Amino acid sequence: MSEKIKELPGTPLSEKDIIEKKVLFTEWHPEFMWAWDTGIGYGRYFAELKKGRIIGTRCNKCRRVLLPARYFCEWCFRPVDEWVYLEDTGTVNTFSIAYTDWLARRIKEPRIPALIEIDGSGGVGIMHVLDEVDPKEVKIGMRVKAVWEPEEEREGAITDIKYWKPLKEV
Amino acid sequence: MFPKVAIVGIGYTPFRPITPDVSFREMVFEAASKAYEDAGVHPQEDIDSFVTCQDDFEHGRSIWNMQTPDNLGAVLKPIHTNCGDGILGLIDAYMQIKSGLRSIVAVETHSKASNVINRNHLIAHATDPIYNKPLNINPYFIAGMEMNRYLLETGTTKEQCALVVSKNKTNALFNPLAAYGEKITPKEVLDSEEMFSPLKRLDMSPMADGGIVMVLASEEKAKALTDKPIWIRGLGWCSEAPSLETREWGEAIYAKLAGEMAYRIAGIKHPRKQIDFAEVDDTFSYKEPQHMEALKLCRRGEAGSMIEEGATQREGEFPTNVSGGSLGVGFLVEATGPQRVLEVVLQLRGEAGGRQLPDVKVGLAQSWRGIPYASGAVMILSKE
Repeated sequence: MSEKIKELPGTPLSEKDIIEKKVLFTEWHPEFMWAWDTGIGYGRYFAELKKGRIIGTRCNKCRRVLLPARYFCEWCFRPVDEWVYLEDTGTVNTFSIAYTDWLARRIKEPRIPALIEIDGSGGVGIMHVLDEVDPKEVKIGMRVKAVWEPEEEREGAITDIKYWKPLKEV
Repeated sequence: MFPKVAIVGIGYTPFRPITPDVSFREMVFEAASKAYEDAGVHPQEDIDSFVTCQDDFEHGRSIWNMQTPDNLGAVLKPIHTNCGDGILGLIDAYMQIKSGLRSIVAVETHSKASNVINRNHLIAHATDPIYNKPLNINPYFIAGMEMNRYLLETGTTKEQCALVVSKNKTNALFNPLAAYGEKITPKEVLDSEEMFSPLKRLDMSPMADGGIVMVLASEEKAKALTDKPIWIRGLGWCSEAPSLETREWGEAIYAKLAGEMAYRIAGIKHPRKQIDFAEVDDTFSYKEPQHMEALKLCRRGEAGSMIEEGATQREGEFPTNVSGGSLGVGFLVEATGPQRVLEVVLQLRGEAGGRQLPDVKVGLAQSWRGIPYASGAVMILSKE
């Protein structure tokens, strides 16, 4: 590629030119910070995760359980009716196997993002990751269970669940 | 023929310095629920189309507008975004209805300004990365420079600007929605800290959170839905050159041209006589007289003395910013313009409570996008 570029008109820039400030180069490090209010729905959802529990809200009109817990039902456009504790078990709705990292480099142990339909939610799921499983063994419809951080290390975040692993049902 | 367009539903949350009790979703849900109740419509069954006005950087997430359908009851319905002041969203909805494409359209804007930790950097990021940013100065200096030039060109004084702050914050005491109502003297404004001279701390409007949703409808639908439609009679919008180097500093030409467009559409030849009251942008104190002049509500250089004589007071001959304006209500980012339209609608409906103006039929609302830009919009509304 580089051989051909040499034949083209113009002056190519190298990283060195930029470092040595041979070209106009400006740098700006914006200090962007946001502090999002979690509000009623997400606030309780995170507080319950810290306690090692998954909580949703039920809309009695469409009969769905909303996850993460919400204050209102977006389909029926009305406030939800009640808080509902859910099991930390579910079924894989869909998944992917990520073989490359942020810089598109190959990784040896792939990450497995999955949408997990939580038992009792009526088909609503949590976006999370699978582990303790051979990527080749992962299937849509697979039963899984949450693996939690130890209580003292939970901080009220989605990462309080470390990952989900295959559930061996008896 | 093209149908007339009315605002048939309004919904809002109170404007507050912080709103830690609700997420932005819950805030918009409240405003939307109230607007739909006010209009007597259900979002899924009755509303044809939705518009949202949001800026990604304000919310700290890319393609943020895609968060809106849930909060508006607009899931699986037509929706699109306008990255600008909410009056542009109302104009957008107006055009959808005017063209006959839609009959009922809802428009959403909100501010969660309290969630932005470092606003100065956000604004600086909107300035030119090569020409301006390397100077490395808190970008509010742009407002200071504008004020300086405006005062010089028109002879308006800092004292007159301080009167604007005093008037608007006092007006806000009569507006239960306003966050910064305060009995304050012009002297206290003039004695407040120098910020970006000639701008003092109290010349600058503080930030506020809040949500506003409005429902617009065609004449036929409006008459079926409500006995108090507020008609959109005129609308205009305009943007100046973005570069700080070439733009006009003393005069708000964007507001002048947006106003001329709105007056032309509304058939208004003598704004001061044909309009009963106005809600003009006062993000900074000097912007109120500057915008009044640009909108031809008085001659250039005359706004200062009009304010001095009390003509713009609530009881005055031409009440201006009865709601309290941004200085009294709080600066609501994209919801700033809609807050002005909201006030005009409440006044024209006769629902403005303790600050109700007697016998008002035609009102004007104007917005400015804020620093670093020179861009704005105007809307003229009437009862009949």
